[in-house]
Amino acid sequence: MTRPDLSKATAPVPADGRPVLEVDDLHVEFRTRSGVVHAVNGVSYSLTQGETLAILGESGSGKSVSAQAIMGILDSPPAVITGGGIWFEGTDLLTQPEEEQRKVRGPGISMIFQDALSSLNPVYSVGFQIGEMFRAHRGMSKKDARKRAIELMDRVRIPAAARRVDDFPHQFSGGMRQRVMIAMAIALDPRILIADEPTTALDVTVQAQVMDLLKDLQAETGMGLILITHDLGVVNEVADNVAVMYAGEIVERGTVDDVFTRPAHPYTDGLMSSVPQVEAKGGRLQPIVGQPPNLARIPSGCPFHPRCSRRRLGAEAAPGRECSTDVPPLRLVVPGREAACHYSEEVLGVRAQ
Amino acid sequence: MTDQQQADLLHDEVEAGTTTGLASPSVDVTKERQNSLWSDAWGHLKRNPLFWIGAVLGLVFLLMAIVPQVFARGADPRACNLSNSQQKPSAEHWFGFDQQGCDYLANVVYGARNSLIIGLLAVLVILVLGLLVGAVTGFYGGLLDSLLSRLTDIFYAVPFILGAIVVLRSGFLGRGVAAVAVALAIFGWMTAMRLVRSQVIAVKSSDYVAAARAMGASNGRILIRHILPNAVAPVLVYTTITIGVLIAAEATLTYLGVGLQRPAISWGLQISAGQSLLRTSPHLVLFPSIILTLTVMAFIMMGDALRDALDPRQRA
Amino acid sequence: MGRYVARRLLLTIPVLLGASFLIFAMVYALPGDPIRALGGDRPLSPAVVAQLREEFNLNDPLVVQYVKYLGDLIQGDLGTDFRGREVLDTISQRLPVTIKLTVVAILIETVIGIVAGVLAGIRRNGFLDNLVLVSSTIVVSVPILVLAFVGQYVLGLQFGWFPVSGINEGWYSYLLPGLVLAAGSLAYVARLTRTSVAENMRADYVRTARAKGLPRRTVILRHTLRNSLIPVVTFIGADIGTLMGGAIVTESVFNLPGVGRAIFDSVRAQEGAVVVGIVTLLVFFFVFFNLVVDVLYAVLDPRIRYD
Repeated sequence: MTRPDLSKATAPVPADGRPVLEVDDLHVEFRTRSGVVHAVNGVSYSLTQGETLAILGESGSGKSVSAQAIMGILDSPPAVITGGGIWFEGTDLLTQPEEEQRKVRGPGISMIFQDALSSLNPVYSVGFQIGEMFRAHRGMSKKDARKRAIELMDRVRIPAAARRVDDFPHQFSGGMRQRVMIAMAIALDPRILIADEPTTALDVTVQAQVMDLLKDLQAETGMGLILITHDLGVVNEVADNVAVMYAGEIVERGTVDDVFTRPAHPYTDGLMSSVPQVEAKGGRLQPIVGQPPNLARIPSGCPFHPRCSRRRLGAEAAPGRECSTDVPPLRLVVPGREAACHYSEEVLGVRAQ
Repeated sequence: MTDQQQADLLHDEVEAGTTTGLASPSVDVTKERQNSLWSDAWGHLKRNPLFWIGAVLGLVFLLMAIVPQVFARGADPRACNLSNSQQKPSAEHWFGFDQQGCDYLANVVYGARNSLIIGLLAVLVILVLGLLVGAVTGFYGGLLDSLLSRLTDIFYAVPFILGAIVVLRSGFLGRGVAAVAVALAIFGWMTAMRLVRSQVIAVKSSDYVAAARAMGASNGRILIRHILPNAVAPVLVYTTITIGVLIAAEATLTYLGVGLQRPAISWGLQISAGQSLLRTSPHLVLFPSIILTLTVMAFIMMGDALRDALDPRQRA
Repeated sequence: MGRYVARRLLLTIPVLLGASFLIFAMVYALPGDPIRALGGDRPLSPAVVAQLREEFNLNDPLVVQYVKYLGDLIQGDLGTDFRGREVLDTISQRLPVTIKLTVVAILIETVIGIVAGVLAGIRRNGFLDNLVLVSSTIVVSVPILVLAFVGQYVLGLQFGWFPVSGINEGWYSYLLPGLVLAAGSLAYVARLTRTSVAENMRADYVRTARAKGLPRRTVILRHTLRNSLIPVVTFIGADIGTLMGGAIVTESVFNLPGVGRAIFDSVRAQEGAVVVGIVTLLVFFFVFFNLVVDVLYAVLDPRIRYD
C-alpha cells in the first residue's frame, strides 16, 4: 500500500487523515417519461486532503452524475437523489437547506468541466466570470474582483493576463479556456476540486500542461482532487487512488498501482487489456465485448455479467455466487483492495502469473 | 447538425442523465437507428394531441369545401327571404340568417371552398417560386445569387398585406379567386426562397455531396437527388403553416374590400357585411370568424406538430 | 463595426429604391383615370384634364415619372394629392397615430411576452408552460381581423372597458387596438422566450454558474436571461417595422386615423402619390429597424463581429 512514486505525495496530508469528503451509499435516479434511469446505485468513497482520487468509467457509468450530486447541481427534475449521504467536513450536505449547499460551492467544493467553451458564458468577459466568485461569495466590489481575476489568471499561467482579462471566452484557445475554468474553480481556495474530464477536449500536449497545472495547484493548496475520466493514462500519471465505476456502481477500488497492475474485477481487467502496452508489442488488443448496460434496465445479478468472459452461470457457479442472479457486493479482496465480483480472487490470481 | 454538435448534444444528454435510450451511446439502439427520420417523426406525431386536433379540424374543413351541401343541412346559400333578415340562430337554422335573409350556416359552409382554393393555389405558387429561386441561388451562388437575393430583399421590405392590396387594386390581375391567390403569393414567396436557399447551401458543402460529385454526378442530379430531399422537411412544415396564414390573409383582403367580390361567397365578405351590424346581430361576425379561426388553427397546429416531430432538437 | 454599418446602409439604398419603384409601378398602373374620377358627376373640361395630367406627370413613361418623383423626393417634396394637399402634411398628421399604436403594441408584446415566456421556460412542462404553449397556439391562429372584432365586441361593446373606435381618449384609446395588433407577436415572443430560456437552462454555462455557488437569482437573471433574450430582443426590434406596416386592419376596424388607414383610403381613391409616399416611408422604417437589429445583435452577443 505504499506509494511507489514519491513525487505524487507532495501534497500535505493532515496528520489525522480524516476525510474531507465522504460519499455514503449514494443513489441517484432520473425519472423520465420513458422510465426510471438508475444512474448511481449505492456509491461510496472518501477523499482526504491532498489526495487525488480518480473515478474511472465509460460514459453512462454514473461518474459525472455522482460528481454533480456532490456539487448539488443535478437538474431536479428529472434527477432525484433517492438515498445516501454526502458528508463534507462533518455535515451531510443532503440534509442542508439549498442556501447552505450553495455556500459550499466555490469555497468548499468546486468543479471544472470537460468543454470549457460551452461551460463558460459566451456573453461575459472571462475576467467578469472569474471575478463573480469574489463578488458572490465575498461581496467584493467589481473593481477589486477584476484585480483578483487578473491575479488568478496569472496564477494559472495565462500569458498577458492583465491585457486579456476583458476578452471573451471565444477569443481564447482551448487550453487557455480550460485554464480560465481552473482559475474560476480555485478562486476561493476550495478544499476539494472536482475535475470532470478536464482534458478530454484538448490536444495531447495541452492535456499534459493542464494536468501539470492541476497537480501544481494541488501541491500549493493541499486541496483534494477528484478526477473523473475515462483516460487510463491520465489516471496512471496523476492519481493516488482509483475507483472504477460500471452501471452506476463502484466495481473496484484501490491504489492506482495495485489496480492497474493487478485488477481484481473482470471489467477493470478488460479495460487494461484494451489499452496498448509498450511491453506487449505485437499482441492483439482485447476489447470488452458488448455494449454498456441500459441504465433503465440494468441486468440482474452482477450488472457486468452479460459481457463478462469469466461469468459462471447455473450449475457452474458456486452456491450464492451465480453471476446472473446474485448481486456481488463491493468487498475487501486483499488488504487495500475492494472489488464487486464473486470471483475476484481468480481474476487476481490469473493475472499474477 | 455537424458531428461535433451531435457529439455535444449526446454529451450533454448523457451528463445530464436525460438520456432515455434513444440518444445514448451506452444503450443498444441499432434497431431504432435504422428507422428513418420519417417513421420516427410519425411515431412522435401520432402521440401529439395537437396534431390530431389539427388533423380532424382540417379534415372537416376539407370535406366542407368539397361537399358543402352535406354540412349546410339542405339549405341553399342563395335562397334568401328578406322576411328572415338578421334572425338569430335557432334549432332549425343553427347560424341564423344574414341581412338578406339567407341561411347563414349554408353561407358560412359554402365559404370554405374559396378559402381552400386560394390557400392551396397561393401556397403552390409560393412553393414553385421559392423552390426555383431558392435552389438556383443557393446552388449556383455568385452574381445570380446576389441579384436574386437583393430582389428578394425588395419584396421582403414591402409589408405583405400592403403589397397584396396594391397589386389587387392595380387591377391587372382582376379580382377573382386566382387573382387573390397570385397577389398573396407575389409578396409571400420570400420566406420559402430563403428556407430552400439556406438548406441548399448547407447541404451543398456536405461530404456526401462531395462524394456524389467525385463519382461524376451531374449538377442537376445532385440538386434533385441529394440536395432537395433535405429541404423537404422544413418546407413541409412551412407549407402547412403558410396555408393557414394565407387563408387568414385572404379573409383580411376581402374584408378590406380588395379581395373577392359579391356574388362570391367568402368569410371575409361575411365579416365585412356583418361589421356594421355588430351591435344588433353579432352572430353575423361571430360565425364566419369562428370557422375561419378554426380553419387557420387546424393548419397551424398541424404545422407546429410537424415541426416538433421533424426537428428532434426542438422536442420537449 | 462602423464599416459594417456603412456597408449595410449602402445596401439598403437599392432595396429602398426597388421597393418604392415596385409600388410606384403598380400604383400608376391602376386602371381608370383618376383625373376624370375627380370630376364626379360634372365632367371636367378637356383643357383642365390635360392641365392636371401634365401637372401630375401622367403623360410621361413610367420610368420618367418615377425619376421625376425621386428628384422631388430628395428635395423633401412628396408631391400633392389630387386635391392639392401636400402628401408630407398627410403623413405628418397620420404618422403619430401609427407610431403611438406601434409603441403600445411593442410594449405589450415585450412585457407580457417575455414574462410569460420566462415563466414557462424556467419550469418546462409545468402548468404555466402548458398554459403558455396552448394559449400561444390559439392566439397565433386567430386572424387579426377576428381578434379585432372579438376585442371590439367583447371588451368594447359588452364590457365597455375600452373605447370602441377613434382616438378621443388619449393613450387609453390605443390600448385595445395595441393589444389586438400585438397579439400575434406576443404569442411568438412568449414561445421564442420559452424555447430560448429552456434551452439556456440546460446550457453548460448555466451548470457552471450553479457550480460556482451563485445565488439562484443571479444564475437565472445574469446567466440564463441575458443569453436567452438575444434572439427575443432582435425579433422585437424587427417587429417594430412589421407592425407599423401591418396596422391597416387594426386601424380600419378601430377607426384610427393612422398611416395604415390613409393607405387604405388612398388606394380606394386612387391617390397614387399618397400610397407611394407612405409605403416608401413604411419600407424605410422596416429596413431601418432590421439594420438596427443587426447592429444590436453584435452589441448583445460578443461572438458576432462585423468587420
